[in-house]
Amino acid sequence: MPSEPLRQLLLDPTVVTVALGALLLGATAGALGTFAVLRRQSLLGDTMSHAALPGVVLGYLLAQGRSLPAMLAGALVTGLAAALLAQLLARRRGVKHEAALGTWLGTGFALGVVLLSLVQHQPGAGSAGLEQFLFGQAAATLRSDLLLIGAIALLSLGLVALLFHRFELVTFDPRFARAGGVAVRVYETLLTLLLAVAIVVGLQLVGVVLMSALVVAPAVAARQLAGSLGAMLWLSAAVGAFSALVGALASAAVPGLSTGPTVVLVATACAALALAFGRRRGVRLEGA
Amino acid sequence: MIQALFDDVAFTILLTGVLTAASAALLGTFLVVRGQAMLSDAISHGVVFGVAVTFLLSGVAAGPLQLLGAGAAGLLTVLLTEWLAASGKVKRDAATGLVFPALFAAGILLLNLFARDAHVDAHTVLLGEIGFVWLDRVTLLGLSLPRAVVVLGAVLLLNVVYVTLFHKQLTAAAFDPVMARLQGLRPRRMTLGLLALTSLTAVAALDAVGVVLFVAFTITPAVVGRLAARRLPSMLGVALAVGVGAALVGYPLAVRFDLSIGGSMALLTAVPLVPLLLLGPSGALGRRLG
Repeated sequence: MPSEPLRQLLLDPTVVTVALGALLLGATAGALGTFAVLRRQSLLGDTMSHAALPGVVLGYLLAQGRSLPAMLAGALVTGLAAALLAQLLARRRGVKHEAALGTWLGTGFALGVVLLSLVQHQPGAGSAGLEQFLFGQAAATLRSDLLLIGAIALLSLGLVALLFHRFELVTFDPRFARAGGVAVRVYETLLTLLLAVAIVVGLQLVGVVLMSALVVAPAVAARQLAGSLGAMLWLSAAVGAFSALVGALASAAVPGLSTGPTVVLVATACAALALAFGRRRGVRLEGA
Repeated sequence: MIQALFDDVAFTILLTGVLTAASAALLGTFLVVRGQAMLSDAISHGVVFGVAVTFLLSGVAAGPLQLLGAGAAGLLTVLLTEWLAASGKVKRDAATGLVFPALFAAGILLLNLFARDAHVDAHTVLLGEIGFVWLDRVTLLGLSLPRAVVVLGAVLLLNVVYVTLFHKQLTAAAFDPVMARLQGLRPRRMTLGLLALTSLTAVAALDAVGVVLFVAFTITPAVVGRLAARRLPSMLGVALAVGVGAALVGYPLAVRFDLSIGGSMALLTAVPLVPLLLLGPSGALGRRLG
């Protein structure tokens, strides 16, 4: 029997909204993180999440107020722009891939900070609403946001279910896939796009600084426990959902506790446990 | 006369920016050449854990003890990542993406919970407060100096000495670690020294520019140098000029348009990338013209 205060907390509509939002985006980030970890794109995720900050502020400016769709669209655009620019820069002689990623991580974030300071001086603009995007804030999730988060989750996870075997082939054996006539570049681009979506969807809860960790940690945990890509996807989604839920509720209950760091610590604890006790050494192509 | 200079707010902010940029460009050049640019990202985040723990254990939020404690945490971040990657259970990029965010998150939560009233809060650690560094002062040689200037000056001196003494080893280890080891140049020890100095510099720059902008100051000028120059000394020269120039131009620009000072300085380091990417040998325009 849950005690009376606990029952009240669980029935509180704000808490329910926060919990639902956290579950949805945690599961999405966790599932899509599977491909990011297997394709060694953890640092790309970090770059895209930092470079999402200017997009959030631009979305705010264009919509002339806090509009989650506009801010997330902006985040997606600048995050992807950073990924593209990094690819362009890494093609130059002497510039290694990670230096290219670091360049746009720093530059994107700096641009975001400058735009943030610009907005703060606008009359009437609620800068506090934007600062939430740095470390994330559980309480910021509104009931109207759930529809958008849910739609993004459904769409991206549906795409993964639909194209599961193609994604699997492209992730594990791109050369075989190419030889078999699969348009590898198209699916690789699609997977990178999904990584950007996974990052953007969690920005409000976890923040730009730590969002990439919510993509990486659940997948690392799942990889130690799962024997197939399908199992890893489910497990990773579960770990992501669990971490986001626990982190969001804990930070909502304890005043002053930032949501993003709390969520990330829970996810990392799961990964540490799986690394210490998991027996599997990774996922391979089924049947291979 | 000298005291008047250090009492001047604008001069102090400019000097803090220039010292940060110079140290970061110096170390960044070697990190970028060695393919270890993102270690600066891991280190600067990991340092926050050290700042929080040092504060909890000793109540110290500045000074030599903080430099050492937080600097050690920066180095620990790299070693922990290496250990995890060497276990074979996690690829290097995922190990990096797992370790430093966790340490950073732990540091932020510790500050959230236990350091509300101290001047080290989560917001400052993330973004820095270069506009306020002149407030925190120490007395040295009879002069009242901003602490950030003293610490960053000392760290820059240390960096310059290290690079001057060991540039041959650092370069050799960068381009051919096997050969360097065969010649008895101890590349591993050189690397640890470089990373330790990066950690110290990240701590020293924390109050001024925060965790992420430090990464911008470290990597971007060095990448510009790499694009603009072939040889290491000229690459270093370009990186220093870009970093220091961005600090000098960024401040008046930020004041004029009422923008974030640290953000403006860091953003300007990327400006030279625009012509370099468009015009260079394989740039969009260069290809068309060539």
